[in-house]
Amino acid sequence: MTENTNTNKINSFQREKNRDEMRQQIITFALMIFFTMIAFFAVMMGISSTFVIPLLLVLAVVQVGFQFYYFMHMKDKGHEIPAALIYGGIFVTALVIVTFVAIIWW
Amino acid sequence: MSQDHSLNPETMPQDPAKATMEGKHKHLGLWIFLGGETVLFACLFGTYLALRNSTAGGPSSQDLFGLELVFLMTILLLTSSLTSVYAIYHMKNNDFKKMQLWFGITALLGISFLALEIYEFAHYIIDYGFTFRSSAFGSAFYALVGFHGGHVAFGLGWLIALMVRNAKRGLSLYNAPKYNTFGLYWHFIDVVWVFIFTVVYLMGMVS
Repeated sequence: MTENTNTNKINSFQREKNRDEMRQQIITFALMIFFTMIAFFAVMMGISSTFVIPLLLVLAVVQVGFQFYYFMHMKDKGHEIPAALIYGGIFVTALVIVTFVAIIWW
Repeated sequence: MSQDHSLNPETMPQDPAKATMEGKHKHLGLWIFLGGETVLFACLFGTYLALRNSTAGGPSSQDLFGLELVFLMTILLLTSSLTSVYAIYHMKNNDFKKMQLWFGITALLGISFLALEIYEFAHYIIDYGFTFRSSAFGSAFYALVGFHGGHVAFGLGWLIALMVRNAKRGLSLYNAPKYNTFGLYWHFIDVVWVFIFTVVYLMGMVS
C-alpha cells in the first residue's frame, strides 16, 4: 500500500514537471510568433534595407535558438553530442556561405 | 506475449523515448543525421545567396514574392511544430489517443503547408513563366525551397506510416522512440523554414 501511494506521488510529480515544461514551450511558441510578426511588419513598413536585414537575421537566429533549445530539448541534460553536431553544422554553414558569397564579390 | 513493452502507470519511465538503449541510440542517430542535414542545406543556401541576383532578364525576387502567402505558410509550419510538442507532451503522460490526435493535427497542418507551396510554385510557373530553367536564380530558388518542400513531404509520409502502423498497438517502449525521433525531425524542418522565409522571401523583398 505504501509503495502504491509512493508511485502515485512520483507520477503526479512527473505530471507536474511535464506540465511546467509544456507551459515553457507555449511561451516559447508565443515569442516565436511575435518575432515572426515583427519580421514581416518590418518588411511591410519598407524601412531601409541596411537596418532591416540585420534585424531579420537576428530574429531568425533567436527563433532557431528557441526551436533547438526548447522544442528539441537541447537545454536538457545529456545533449552535449547533439549540441556539438549542430554547432559543427552551423560552423560549416558559415564557411560555405562566406565562400559562396565571396566568390561573386568581384 | 513474451516481451510486453506496453506502458502502465507503474512501469512508465520518466522519458519513454529514451528509456531503452535502442531509444537512446535512435535519438543520437537522428542528431547525427540532422548535423548532416545542416551541411546539406548550407550548400543550398550558399548557392542561393550567390545566385539570387543572376536573373538573366527574367523575373526577380521582388517581382515574384508576395508576403501574404509566405506569412500564412510560416504560421502553418510554426503551429505544426507546437502541435508536435503537444503530442510528445501526451506521450510523456502515457496518453496514446491524445498523442495520435495531436500528431494528426500536425499532419493536417503539414499537408496545408505543402498544398500552399505547390500553389505558390504553380503560380510562379503559370503566371510568370518562372521555372527551374529560367535563370540561375530560378534554379537556386527551386532547388532550395523545393528541397525543403520535399523534406516536408517525406516527413508527412513518415508520420502517416507511424500513426497507421501503431494505431492499434498503443504506446510502448518500442514505438515511443520512433515518435520522438519524428518529432525532432519535424522541428528541424521548421528551423530550415525559418531561414528560408528570412533569407529567401523577406530579404528578397527588401533588397
